[in-house]
Amino acid sequence: MMKSILTIALVASLSACTTVKPWERGYLAKNTMQGSPIAQKSALDRHVFFAKEGASGGGKAAGGGCGCN
Amino acid sequence: MLRSLLLAASLGLSSAAMAVGVGEKAPSFSLPTLGSGQSMGLSKYKGRVVYVDFWASWCGPCRESLPMLNELRNELKRKGFEVLAINLDENTDDAKAFLKQFPVSYPVLLDPEGRIPEKYELPGMPTSFMIDKKGNVAKIHVGFKAADMPQIRKDVIKLLKQR
Repeated sequence: MMKSILTIALVASLSACTTVKPWERGYLAKNTMQGSPIAQKSALDRHVFFAKEGASGGGKAAGGGCGCN
Repeated sequence: MLRSLLLAASLGLSSAAMAVGVGEKAPSFSLPTLGSGQSMGLSKYKGRVVYVDFWASWCGPCRESLPMLNELRNELKRKGFEVLAINLDENTDDAKAFLKQFPVSYPVLLDPEGRIPEKYELPGMPTSFMIDKKGNVAKIHVGFKAADMPQIRKDVIKLLKQR
């Protein structure tokens, strides 16, 4: 019993997932980290894509990495 | 052995800190100043209204906020207002380059490891904490738009009138 609890607790605490805090987004905000180097062009492409497909949203998270919008 | 392992594991799970709220005492800090490297903190500004502004060179809205805050600070400094900027760039050279472009006359403190924002539990960048003369958090401002400035100015003036 004790051993299984310990195993579960250990496995849970070993998780490598972590949330990037708003102030840790310096590297993520760099141009090289963007999917497309030209933000305006990718926004336009997305707009056209959504219009053609009759669907919208779910493309990617908004914002340039500052976590304020 | 077993017990200590369990304790360690559960501590790892519960690392969430409590956020700083309005009306609470502002957590103290002491950080090196950009330029002189001298340590400075909130305690130096007791009895004054302090605007603690967390910023970074990569933060878009900061391009607008720094020059505007600098203007407000220069206007109200003699009345007992100060801006304390805490820079969160991992590379301090980025901050220096930014400040060359947008120079400010208020003190800029450096926290490249991000220990103080952890303490203040920043919800986004930039975030500012308005701290009254008694050292309590009077207002929290998340994000920044140029249109926010008149309200910030009003709030600061109101706090300056308090005893």
